[in-house]
Amino acid sequence: MVPLSWYLTLGAILFAIGVAAFLVKRNIITIFMSIELMLNAVNLTFVAFANHWHQVSGQVFVFFVMVVAAAEAAVGLAIIIAVFRTRETLNVDQVNLLKL
Amino acid sequence: MLHQVLFIIFGVVCVAGALNLLLQRHPINSALSLIVVMGALALLFLLLGAEFVAAVQVIVYAGAVMVLFVFVIMLLNAGVEEHTRGSRVAIFLGIPGLIAFFIFMCWAIGSNGSALGQARIGSFYVPTQELGIALFREFLLPFEVTSVLILIAIMGAVVLARRER
Repeated sequence: MVPLSWYLTLGAILFAIGVAAFLVKRNIITIFMSIELMLNAVNLTFVAFANHWHQVSGQVFVFFVMVVAAAEAAVGLAIIIAVFRTRETLNVDQVNLLKL
Repeated sequence: MLHQVLFIIFGVVCVAGALNLLLQRHPINSALSLIVVMGALALLFLLLGAEFVAAVQVIVYAGAVMVLFVFVIMLLNAGVEEHTRGSRVAIFLGIPGLIAFFIFMCWAIGSNGSALGQARIGSFYVPTQELGIALFREFLLPFEVTSVLILIAIMGAVVLARRER
Protein backbone atom coordinates (compact mmCIF):
# COMPACT_ATOMS: atom_id res chain seq x y z
CA MET A 1 0.00 0.00 0.00
CA VAL A 2 1.38 3.33 -1.09
CA PRO A 3 -0.44 6.64 -0.54
CA LEU A 4 -1.58 8.07 -3.84
CA SER A 5 0.00 11.38 -2.86
CA TRP A 6 3.44 9.77 -3.26
CA TYR A 7 2.75 9.14 -6.93
CA LEU A 8 1.43 12.68 -7.40
CA THR A 9 4.48 14.13 -5.63
CA LEU A 10 6.79 12.09 -7.85
CA GLY A 11 4.92 13.45 -10.88
CA ALA A 12 5.32 17.02 -9.56
CA ILE A 13 9.06 16.47 -8.95
CA LEU A 14 9.61 15.10 -12.47
CA PHE A 15 7.60 17.97 -13.97
CA ALA A 16 9.61 20.54 -11.99
CA ILE A 17 12.90 18.98 -13.12
CA GLY A 18 11.60 19.08 -16.70
CA VAL A 19 10.76 22.80 -16.41
CA ALA A 20 14.17 23.50 -14.84
CA ALA A 21 15.94 21.67 -17.68
CA PHE A 22 13.84 23.60 -20.19
CA LEU A 23 14.94 26.90 -18.64
CA VAL A 24 18.61 26.04 -18.00
CA LYS A 25 19.60 23.98 -21.03
CA ARG A 26 20.97 25.70 -24.13
CA ASN A 27 21.04 22.78 -26.55
CA ILE A 28 17.85 22.66 -28.62
CA ILE A 29 17.70 18.83 -28.61
CA THR A 30 18.00 18.68 -24.81
CA ILE A 31 15.24 21.29 -24.50
CA PHE A 32 13.06 19.00 -26.59
CA MET A 33 13.88 16.05 -24.33
CA SER A 34 12.88 18.08 -21.25
CA ILE A 35 9.45 18.63 -22.87
CA GLU A 36 9.16 14.84 -23.22
CA LEU A 37 10.04 14.52 -19.51
CA MET A 38 7.23 16.94 -18.59
CA LEU A 39 4.74 14.96 -20.71
CA ASN A 40 5.84 11.75 -18.97
CA ALA A 41 5.28 13.34 -15.54
CA VAL A 42 1.74 14.28 -16.57
CA ASN A 43 1.17 10.72 -17.81
CA LEU A 44 2.12 9.39 -14.37
CA THR A 45 -0.42 11.73 -12.77
CA PHE A 46 -3.11 10.60 -15.24
CA VAL A 47 -2.50 6.92 -14.46
CA ALA A 48 -2.44 7.59 -10.70
CA PHE A 49 -5.83 9.35 -10.87
CA ALA A 50 -7.21 6.56 -13.08
CA ASN A 51 -6.24 4.19 -10.28
CA HIS A 52 -7.85 6.44 -7.67
CA TRP A 53 -11.23 6.89 -9.44
CA HIS A 54 -11.24 3.38 -10.98
CA GLN A 55 -11.83 4.91 -14.42
CA VAL A 56 -10.37 3.63 -17.70
CA SER A 57 -10.57 7.06 -19.36
CA GLY A 58 -7.47 8.29 -17.51
CA GLN A 59 -5.42 5.62 -19.25
CA VAL A 60 -7.00 6.43 -22.63
CA PHE A 61 -5.88 10.05 -22.20
CA VAL A 62 -2.32 8.76 -21.73
CA PHE A 63 -2.52 7.29 -25.23
CA PHE A 64 -3.55 10.62 -26.67
CA VAL A 65 -0.71 12.36 -24.84
CA MET A 66 1.71 9.78 -26.28
CA VAL A 67 0.37 10.32 -29.81
CA VAL A 68 0.75 14.08 -29.51
CA ALA A 69 4.26 13.62 -28.08
CA ALA A 70 5.28 11.35 -30.96
CA ALA A 71 3.89 13.75 -33.58
CA GLU A 72 5.57 16.68 -31.82
CA ALA A 73 8.91 14.83 -31.71
CA ALA A 74 8.77 14.01 -35.43
CA VAL A 75 7.94 17.58 -36.52
CA GLY A 76 10.26 19.19 -33.96
CA LEU A 77 13.26 17.09 -34.94
CA ALA A 78 12.60 17.89 -38.60
CA ILE A 79 12.62 21.60 -37.67
CA ILE A 80 15.90 21.07 -35.74
CA ILE A 81 17.46 19.44 -38.82
CA ALA A 82 16.28 22.35 -41.02
CA VAL A 83 17.67 24.92 -38.53
CA PHE A 84 20.98 23.09 -38.29
CA ARG A 85 21.27 22.99 -42.07
CA THR A 86 21.03 26.76 -42.39
CA ARG A 87 22.66 27.90 -39.11
CA GLU A 88 25.22 25.15 -38.37
CA THR A 89 24.45 25.44 -34.65
CA LEU A 90 22.24 23.81 -32.02
CA ASN A 91 22.55 26.59 -29.44
CA VAL A 92 19.23 28.35 -28.93
CA ASP A 93 20.95 31.66 -28.12
CA GLN A 94 22.40 31.79 -31.62
CA VAL A 95 19.08 31.11 -33.31
CA ASN A 96 17.49 34.52 -32.83
CA LEU A 97 16.31 35.62 -36.29
CA LEU A 98 12.99 34.70 -37.88
CA LYS A 99 14.44 34.61 -41.39
CA LEU A 100 16.63 31.74 -42.54
CA MET B 1 5.31 -3.38 1.97
CA LEU B 2 6.47 -4.81 -1.36
CA HIS B 3 4.61 -2.01 -3.14
CA GLN B 4 6.39 0.62 -1.03
CA VAL B 5 9.82 -0.92 -1.66
CA LEU B 6 9.20 -1.12 -5.42
CA PHE B 7 7.82 2.44 -5.50
CA ILE B 8 10.83 3.82 -3.64
CA ILE B 9 13.34 1.96 -5.84
CA PHE B 10 11.80 3.04 -9.14
CA GLY B 11 10.89 6.52 -7.91
CA VAL B 12 14.51 7.12 -6.91
CA VAL B 13 15.67 5.78 -10.29
CA CYS B 14 13.22 8.17 -12.00
CA VAL B 15 14.36 11.24 -10.09
CA ALA B 16 18.04 10.30 -10.48
CA GLY B 17 17.62 9.89 -14.25
CA ALA B 18 15.80 13.21 -14.52
CA LEU B 19 18.50 14.99 -12.49
CA ASN B 20 21.15 13.36 -14.69
CA LEU B 21 19.33 14.75 -17.74
CA LEU B 22 19.51 18.18 -16.14
CA LEU B 23 23.18 17.97 -15.12
CA GLN B 24 24.83 16.25 -18.10
CA ARG B 25 26.36 18.55 -20.68
CA HIS B 26 26.40 16.14 -23.63
CA PRO B 27 23.02 15.56 -25.33
CA ILE B 28 23.60 11.82 -25.83
CA ASN B 29 24.03 11.34 -22.05
CA SER B 30 20.81 13.27 -21.47
CA ALA B 31 19.00 11.08 -24.02
CA LEU B 32 20.19 7.84 -22.39
CA SER B 33 19.18 9.04 -18.92
CA LEU B 34 15.75 9.96 -20.29
CA ILE B 35 15.40 6.35 -21.50
CA VAL B 36 16.11 5.22 -17.91
CA VAL B 37 13.37 7.57 -16.63
CA MET B 38 10.89 6.18 -19.15
CA GLY B 39 11.69 2.57 -18.29
CA ALA B 40 11.26 3.22 -14.56
CA LEU B 41 7.98 5.04 -15.25
CA ALA B 42 6.74 1.99 -17.19
CA LEU B 43 7.29 -0.11 -14.04
CA LEU B 44 5.39 2.46 -11.95
CA PHE B 45 2.51 2.20 -14.46
CA LEU B 46 2.55 -1.57 -13.93
CA LEU B 47 2.28 -1.02 -10.15
CA LEU B 48 -0.79 1.16 -10.78
CA GLY B 49 -2.47 -1.62 -12.80
CA ALA B 50 -1.97 -0.13 -16.26
CA GLU B 51 -0.24 -3.01 -18.02
CA PHE B 52 -0.98 -1.99 -21.60
CA VAL B 53 0.07 1.61 -20.94
CA ALA B 54 3.34 0.26 -19.51
CA ALA B 55 3.96 -1.83 -22.64
CA VAL B 56 3.18 1.12 -24.91
CA GLN B 57 5.43 3.34 -22.79
CA VAL B 58 8.36 0.99 -23.43
CA ILE B 59 7.59 0.39 -27.12
CA VAL B 60 6.59 3.90 -28.23
CA TYR B 61 8.48 6.19 -25.86
CA ALA B 62 11.63 4.30 -24.91
CA GLY B 63 11.65 2.56 -28.30
CA ALA B 64 10.46 4.80 -31.10
CA VAL B 65 10.66 8.40 -29.83
CA MET B 66 14.02 8.05 -28.09
CA VAL B 67 15.54 6.21 -31.07
CA LEU B 68 14.47 9.22 -33.14
CA PHE B 69 16.21 11.55 -30.67
CA VAL B 70 19.42 9.50 -30.57
CA PHE B 71 19.36 9.25 -34.36
CA VAL B 72 19.11 13.04 -34.74
CA ILE B 73 21.86 13.61 -32.14
CA MET B 74 24.16 11.31 -34.10
CA LEU B 75 23.08 12.72 -37.48
CA LEU B 76 23.85 16.30 -36.44
CA ASN B 77 27.00 15.25 -34.55
CA ALA B 78 25.86 17.26 -31.52
CA GLY B 79 28.77 18.03 -29.25
CA VAL B 80 29.10 19.25 -25.68
CA GLU B 81 26.74 22.08 -24.81
CA GLU B 82 28.28 25.55 -24.95
CA HIS B 83 28.16 27.87 -21.96
CA THR B 84 26.20 30.98 -22.85
CA ARG B 85 24.42 33.52 -20.74
CA GLY B 86 20.92 32.51 -21.69
CA SER B 87 17.75 34.47 -21.29
CA ARG B 88 17.50 36.81 -18.30
CA VAL B 89 13.73 36.39 -18.22
CA ALA B 90 14.21 32.63 -17.80
CA ILE B 91 16.55 33.12 -14.84
CA PHE B 92 14.80 35.94 -12.97
CA LEU B 93 11.19 35.03 -13.74
CA GLY B 94 11.30 31.35 -14.64
CA ILE B 95 13.21 29.90 -11.68
CA PRO B 96 11.21 31.70 -8.92
CA GLY B 97 8.01 30.86 -10.79
CA LEU B 98 9.07 27.22 -10.95
CA ILE B 99 9.84 27.14 -7.21
CA ALA B 100 6.49 28.79 -6.43
CA PHE B 101 4.69 26.29 -8.67
CA PHE B 102 6.44 23.34 -7.04
CA ILE B 103 5.67 24.57 -3.49
CA PHE B 104 2.03 25.13 -4.48
CA MET B 105 1.79 21.59 -5.95
CA CYS B 106 3.34 20.04 -2.83
CA TRP B 107 0.98 22.06 -0.61
CA ALA B 108 -2.05 21.06 -2.69
CA ILE B 109 -1.10 17.36 -2.64
CA GLY B 110 -0.10 17.39 1.03
CA SER B 111 -3.24 19.12 2.27
CA ASN B 112 -5.43 16.56 0.45
CA GLY B 113 -3.22 13.57 1.24
CA SER B 114 -5.73 11.73 3.43
CA ALA B 115 -8.61 12.27 0.96
CA LEU B 116 -6.59 10.77 -1.89
CA GLY B 117 -6.31 7.45 -0.10
CA GLN B 118 -4.05 4.52 -0.82
CA ALA B 119 -3.07 2.75 -4.03
CA ARG B 120 -2.98 -1.02 -3.68
CA ILE B 121 -1.50 -3.54 -6.10
CA GLY B 122 -4.38 -5.30 -7.87
CA SER B 123 -7.14 -3.03 -6.52
CA PHE B 124 -7.58 -1.58 -10.01
CA TYR B 125 -6.41 -3.59 -12.99
CA VAL B 126 -7.30 -2.73 -16.59
CA PRO B 127 -7.06 -5.64 -19.03
CA THR B 128 -6.19 -4.72 -22.61
CA GLN B 129 -9.67 -5.78 -23.74
CA GLU B 130 -11.39 -3.25 -21.48
CA LEU B 131 -9.06 -0.49 -22.62
CA GLY B 132 -9.71 -1.35 -26.27
CA ILE B 133 -13.49 -1.24 -25.72
CA ALA B 134 -13.19 2.21 -24.11
CA LEU B 135 -10.88 3.45 -26.88
CA PHE B 136 -13.01 2.25 -29.80
CA ARG B 137 -16.46 3.04 -28.38
CA GLU B 138 -16.37 6.01 -26.05
CA PHE B 139 -13.30 7.68 -27.56
CA LEU B 140 -13.77 6.75 -31.23
CA LEU B 141 -13.91 10.33 -32.52
CA PRO B 142 -10.72 11.49 -30.69
CA PHE B 143 -9.01 8.31 -31.93
CA GLU B 144 -9.87 9.11 -35.54
CA VAL B 145 -8.78 12.73 -35.08
CA THR B 146 -5.38 11.58 -33.79
CA SER B 147 -4.91 9.53 -36.97
CA VAL B 148 -5.34 12.74 -38.98
CA LEU B 149 -2.88 14.46 -36.60
CA ILE B 150 -0.27 11.75 -37.22
CA LEU B 151 -0.78 12.02 -41.00
CA ILE B 152 -0.21 15.80 -40.82
CA ALA B 153 2.88 15.26 -38.64
CA ILE B 154 4.35 12.77 -41.15
CA MET B 155 3.79 15.17 -44.05
CA GLY B 156 5.18 18.09 -42.06
CA ALA B 157 8.30 16.16 -41.07
CA VAL B 158 8.95 15.08 -44.67
CA VAL B 159 8.45 18.60 -46.05
CA LEU B 160 10.59 20.26 -43.34
CA ALA B 161 13.50 17.82 -43.47
CA ARG B 162 13.63 17.70 -47.29
CA ARG B 163 16.70 19.27 -48.79
CA GLU B 164 15.99 22.43 -50.78
CA ARG B 165 17.09 22.30 -54.34
